[in-house]
Amino acid sequence: METARDILNEPGAPVVLFDRVQLAFDEKVVLRDLSFTLLKGHTKIILGASGSGKSTILKIITGLLRSDAGVVWVNGQRVDQLTEAQLMDVRDDLGLIFQEGALFDSLTVRENVGYKYYEETDMPLEQVDARVKEVLGFIGLVEHLDKMPSELSGGQRRRVAIARAMAFKPRILLYDEATTGLDPITAITVNDEVIKLRDLEGVSSIVVTHQLRDAFYVATHMAVRDASGQVRVVPATPEKCEEAEFIMLKDGLICFEGTAEELRHATDPYLQTFLS
Amino acid sequence: MFSFLTSPVKQIAFEVQAYVRLVIASMRGAVTPPIYRHDIVEQFDTLGFGSLTVVLLTGLFTGAALASQTGITLDQFGARPLVGRLVSASMVIELGPVLTALMLTGRIGSGIAAELGSMVVTDQINALRALGTDPIRKLVVPRMLAGLFMAPALTIISDLMGIFGGWVVARFQLQVSSALYWSSVTDVLYVQDLYQGLIKPFVFGFLIVTVACYVGLRTSGGTQGVGKATTIAVVAGSVAVIAADFFVTQFLVWAIY
Repeated sequence: METARDILNEPGAPVVLFDRVQLAFDEKVVLRDLSFTLLKGHTKIILGASGSGKSTILKIITGLLRSDAGVVWVNGQRVDQLTEAQLMDVRDDLGLIFQEGALFDSLTVRENVGYKYYEETDMPLEQVDARVKEVLGFIGLVEHLDKMPSELSGGQRRRVAIARAMAFKPRILLYDEATTGLDPITAITVNDEVIKLRDLEGVSSIVVTHQLRDAFYVATHMAVRDASGQVRVVPATPEKCEEAEFIMLKDGLICFEGTAEELRHATDPYLQTFLS
Repeated sequence: MFSFLTSPVKQIAFEVQAYVRLVIASMRGAVTPPIYRHDIVEQFDTLGFGSLTVVLLTGLFTGAALASQTGITLDQFGARPLVGRLVSASMVIELGPVLTALMLTGRIGSGIAAELGSMVVTDQINALRALGTDPIRKLVVPRMLAGLFMAPALTIISDLMGIFGGWVVARFQLQVSSALYWSSVTDVLYVQDLYQGLIKPFVFGFLIVTVACYVGLRTSGGTQGVGKATTIAVVAGSVAVIAADFFVTQFLVWAIY
């Protein structure tokens, strides 16, 4: 008999589901009635003005915030009903990249990236080191292993944050403004990491941003490994483009949901203002 | 009729409730796994050995000043040789525990609030939670244990330094012989006094650290908020120590004398 875990392992299974989620801070309503689904291996790109509740959605998914009403499913578990201790298991399969990286400033890059292994597992140190080097190698920062976060540039800190989030091999990665404040070249480097993780590691992603250029880049590119084993980021096929869906938030509600192509041709005045 | 009182009372009740919940969670975290042993050792070192200099100096000068002051008063009654009794009784029962606790509030209370507050405003606490670590177990429990056990140890050192400082003044300024001073130091101390001098620092150490952790973890408002949290931690910690001193003294006088 097929179990819930078997279903979740199938391509296109719903890994994150929001059903009529509501949240308010005192008088300010942040999420009015939000519903969406993230499918396995797909990307959901959440756009919206500052303060529209984009980051709040990620915090609700990870259980850092609780919704006032509605249902939130993550990997087959109702996170809105779990206790903090029960949420720890759900978080094993989630990686959250914070807006400013949120690296532990008293720990080295090695200790930051391997944090979960060092602190929460009994894995032998040699194996943890090997995994840390593997992950840092993936994002091209292996030479910065013993540096402190304060010695890194803004772009490098974001990439280390991505490395820390992916080190435990989560199946869902949540990016909170991962490229905000970065120069275009560094932003593309970070975007390439997002694409590589999605296409080569099979990670489902939710990308929160208000950087349209970066949002479209992630939605319209894909990572491929050529015959020599070299990884390249190339324009996505139409089928691959379908796997990246945009959500535009306005006043706590979704005012648009669709692909990059549909967003480009949207006629809604608010969307046009946002896109201009 | 009393609606103007409702909001502040509610706020205070909410703060007390949140503090008690933090304390309960910390106590549970101290006796159930996971326990972060290397953090506990690190905090014993930071809070304990790191505070040694300030505690040594505080004890030394307090004892010396006490001997100097009381020497003048005792002279009026021809009781200068009793200076050792006064210094030891004052240091062990009251001044040692309270002054050590106040110095610790300034040193470790502010440090804890600033450190945890910075972690809150830079999302490091949320990052810990997202990585599957309970911040109370990882950050509060080691500090609470260090405060609980290092405050009494530091108080004993402070007491001894105070008595030594008193001897320096008694011997070289008041011209009291060493033998007389040291015998009078032990004459006046009863075992109940020692209990009192040792029980108080446990309470103070616990209060200083848990108040600072609570204030630090509730920081909001960026770097300005961190500064505010640091100030609140020192003020609230100091007031808590002084108030607890009164209540613990009342209780101990009733219970052990």
